[in-house]
Amino acid sequence: MTYNILEKYEMVPTVHLMKIQAPDVAKAAKAGQFIILRIDENGERIPLTIADFNVDEGYVTIIFQEMGKTTKQLAKLTTDDKLQDFVGPLGQPSKIEKLGTVVLVGGGVGVAPIYPQAKAYREAGNKVISIIGARSEDLLILEDKMRAESDEVYITTDDGSKGHHGFVTDIVLNLLEGNEAVDRIVAIGPPIMMRAVAGVVEPFDVETLVSLNPVMVDGTGMCGGCRVLIDGETKFACVDGPEFDARKVDFNLMMSRLGLYRPEEAEAIETYEKECESETGCGSGCTCQ
Amino acid sequence: MHMSVRQPMPAQPADVRAHNFKEVALGYTQKQAVAEAERCIECENPQCVKGCPVNIDIPAFIKSMKASDFDGAIDKIKETNSLPAVCGRVCPQETQCEMYCILGKKEEPVAIGRLERFCADHELEKGVKAPQRAPSTGKRVAVVGSGPAGLSAASDLAKAGHEVTMFEALHAAGGVLIYGIPEFRLPKDIVQKEVDYIGQLGVNMKPGYVIGRIKTIDELKNEFDAIFLGTGAGLPNFMGIDGENLNGVYSANEFLTRVNLMKAYQFPEYDTPIKIGKHVIVVGGGNVAMDAARCALRLGADEVSIVYRRSDEELPARREEIEHAKEEGIVFRLLTNPVKILGDENLMVTGAECVKMELGEPDDSGRRRPQVIEGSEHVVDADIVIMAIGTSPNPLIFEGAEGLESSKWGTIIVDEAGMTSINGVCAGGDIVTGAATVISAMGAGKLAASTINEYLG
Repeated sequence: MTYNILEKYEMVPTVHLMKIQAPDVAKAAKAGQFIILRIDENGERIPLTIADFNVDEGYVTIIFQEMGKTTKQLAKLTTDDKLQDFVGPLGQPSKIEKLGTVVLVGGGVGVAPIYPQAKAYREAGNKVISIIGARSEDLLILEDKMRAESDEVYITTDDGSKGHHGFVTDIVLNLLEGNEAVDRIVAIGPPIMMRAVAGVVEPFDVETLVSLNPVMVDGTGMCGGCRVLIDGETKFACVDGPEFDARKVDFNLMMSRLGLYRPEEAEAIETYEKECESETGCGSGCTCQ
Repeated sequence: MHMSVRQPMPAQPADVRAHNFKEVALGYTQKQAVAEAERCIECENPQCVKGCPVNIDIPAFIKSMKASDFDGAIDKIKETNSLPAVCGRVCPQETQCEMYCILGKKEEPVAIGRLERFCADHELEKGVKAPQRAPSTGKRVAVVGSGPAGLSAASDLAKAGHEVTMFEALHAAGGVLIYGIPEFRLPKDIVQKEVDYIGQLGVNMKPGYVIGRIKTIDELKNEFDAIFLGTGAGLPNFMGIDGENLNGVYSANEFLTRVNLMKAYQFPEYDTPIKIGKHVIVVGGGNVAMDAARCALRLGADEVSIVYRRSDEELPARREEIEHAKEEGIVFRLLTNPVKILGDENLMVTGAECVKMELGEPDDSGRRRPQVIEGSEHVVDADIVIMAIGTSPNPLIFEGAEGLESSKWGTIIVDEAGMTSINGVCAGGDIVTGAATVISAMGAGKLAASTINEYLG
């Protein structure tokens, strides 16, 4: 069984959107869940949070950034290619409920998984305030879509090229110190951003959730590779999460575990790029040359 | 008195095989197989069959082998066992059929497992015959999980004429046969051929389908006339000691899945990486511990040791596996138990603080209870620690399974026929018993298939 790629394009440099034909996955998917894909027989299994899904048209949208060998290879696929495996939905769905005001924070490619949450929280009758950030304006994704699903949108860029010059945490702090009664914060982005959000919310009594994306193999609780320490207790992000109380996450341990395979990742990328550059190519029929 | 010597199993030399992933035991030659079959004295009241969880007619298949009729022999085996090439390799025959062999009283029992393997390999080499199926019943049965229990249930259900759909969470069918047991003990192309045989029976395979997530049992009940749950004991246990989440600590499940299913031993040709340790500790004494230790050695570790809290005698692994591991140079640190995993400032494992143990009075399991020797704390250096201390049932299957009763251990409760608390839903294998053997799971799959046949009328 293979999975068709219905649509694929580069949203901003190194960040790509892909729509995968997977009707059963789309039917069962809920905001907050993820999928695991494998490109081909030699491929590794990588988890990606669901960015959108369409039950009627039977597809699931993923948005990914070129990081390791697998995402670089994925970036080169076109609608003529197929994925070997596309498993999901996995993980616990977000607990969407009517709370009042929900602040959604997305950083970098983390704006992608925040989008279905914006839709779902809005549908449940909440006021949705979104804070989306990127390193610079040309790397900001999904601004229009987020605007369509939010009551208010704040934009931050590290270099000040758009919106607030600074970090998403600056806006979070402003909101918490202002008059807005915030009932829940959900933050998804690079670990360092999520750790910073956990830091700024510390003195405030506001429920804050983060979505963790540690190294995984199966995504069903079988390998335990994704274990994270939550309030001193070991949890498997794939079945107990991926969302956890931001204040209780041991971010240092999680970030260190994310770096475990860095030397191997570098080796894999080097081997892959050599294959791509060689005269015979990598054999995948790609047109990267 | 008739005396005969059991044919030795040809094997790769220990110093060679410790550096490759090729199969250790090479299998009998035809001459050896017939000679070994000749050792069977065809006793009037054969006991061997009662040691077989799937009731293979052992005397009959051995008799065919004596006449070099290997086709007849494999047909006989396949009447009750759909995975003979697997069972011939990984069944603990010494505690099953071979334990009852009458020859075993005076000399070594007939090597029934090796003979089964020979017949199965003989058939695989020639190409497997398309199996017989009963006419279609028009009934639809879902099999959840494609490990030994699911494969044997699916095989019997398909042969009975039902339309069978098999759901598997991973991308390849076979369960523990594919992700757990290493290539050098059970080559994956052998597993694939056995799985292909189930496919030839018309079973519709759905890999990458996590039941409990993409569909629930409640939803399957609307689509199928009966369901078999063989989801196994896939959740790895940890000790709950300090430092277990440090970088370099693996569950045996993760380590073996990376190596076997994902082929990390062929990185970077295959994309999945694995950490190759210099000093590797494997905690536990079962077959899984032996498998993990021997994989770590083959990946290129300088030293691999088994850390086990009881003594050699209590090691739960098969004796053959223990001997193979010792021959290959695995170090056995017996009567030793880790109390803390140690790490450096980068949260990388540096070793394990261990204590020495002594055996006291027998506990509830009848085994002598290990007790800590005070003041015996010592550090064993390691950069990789693999926890192989058992697995538990995966609770995912219970999500959206209204009325499915479970025990306090998380196993599914079934009656003597394999039926769960939901009528028409059977279960078997490790999800019912907790972690056990391939063949007992196959036995449970067969039982459940016959119960489902009866249920469907």
